[in-house]
Amino acid sequence: MALPPLDSPQWQTSFRAFLWGARSIGATVLTLVLFATYLGIGALAHDSGFSLGWTLASTAFVWAGPAQIIVITTLGSGATVLQSAIAVTVSAIRLFPMVVSVLPLMRTEQTKRRHLILVAHLTAVTLWVECYRFLPQVPRNRRIAFIHGLGLGLVSVCLIANTIGYTLAANLTPLLAAGMLMLTPLAFLFSTARNCRELADVIALVLGLLLFPLAAMLNSGVDILVSGVVAGTIAYGVHRARAGIVRARA
Amino acid sequence: MSTFIGDWHALAILFVAGVIPNQIWRMLGLWFGGGIDENSELLVWVRAVATAILAGIIAQIVVQPPGALASVPDWLRYGAVAAGFVAFMLARKSIFAGVIVGEVVMIAGKYWLG
Repeated sequence: MALPPLDSPQWQTSFRAFLWGARSIGATVLTLVLFATYLGIGALAHDSGFSLGWTLASTAFVWAGPAQIIVITTLGSGATVLQSAIAVTVSAIRLFPMVVSVLPLMRTEQTKRRHLILVAHLTAVTLWVECYRFLPQVPRNRRIAFIHGLGLGLVSVCLIANTIGYTLAANLTPLLAAGMLMLTPLAFLFSTARNCRELADVIALVLGLLLFPLAAMLNSGVDILVSGVVAGTIAYGVHRARAGIVRARA
Repeated sequence: MSTFIGDWHALAILFVAGVIPNQIWRMLGLWFGGGIDENSELLVWVRAVATAILAGIIAQIVVQPPGALASVPDWLRYGAVAAGFVAFMLARKSIFAGVIVGEVVMIAGKYWLG
């Protein structure tokens, strides 16, 4: 599916842009990957003793796969609410830079902060990745509507997947359950790798993978934060050093 | 209390343990992200950290696997990721190819091991 050209009358109303956003869920393999991930989350919630309504509420209001998996597994295995909340907080730190980097892509001079609340809520790794791919093809003043359509479309797909996974849970063999859980890291790894735009992104990805097992040895409870900040900062340092060399040559 | 919602108490816990600790970062991003230029040096750093945190979550699931995934031997999980990565690169960065090959290698390997 191709989006209409930037000057097309298709972009004249926000509603049309919303529909183009919603239709764009069919233009990305990540929709399939999300579907499979949320199938797995539905099954996991069922096996951990949560209700279907609870599962759907977690998808609609948390809207972050890793955080949902943490809540379900920690609460399901008897951790305290506080322990669970700390783990989620750490896993969710990545949403801060995602929101910070995504919002400028759709901000115009007329944009008020409240116009961006739903976009901020919908921002998660899939939307973050797709913003960079789709938004250059969308006129700037229609980008918020487009993202509302895309994001709410993705949420709907995941609510359906949750329901199916929850219902199927009883029939999943351990082998297929393992395959289901493996979908998340594979999908996240390759979607992140494909969206590396600069050397800094590549270094951040590779170092982030390699440093996590080292940081985990510290057993600090915030291992992901430690490895993430260290790897990200090293990657940024390389980016700076390289930019310096390029300037020096010029 | 319907069976669809189940225990209202569980729903309250969801908000305290899951929704609030998660949303707080999005709202902070919304609050403090204003006025930052998308090509600024700060954002290059912030994006690098976001990418590295995501990489850490990927590594965590593979290195410290949850639930049913823990029944798959370490070397098979790492091998499946490596095979998926090779397929991803050979198929000109196709996410689909990488995921399918990684899954097939892991499931076939586990099936073969019994």
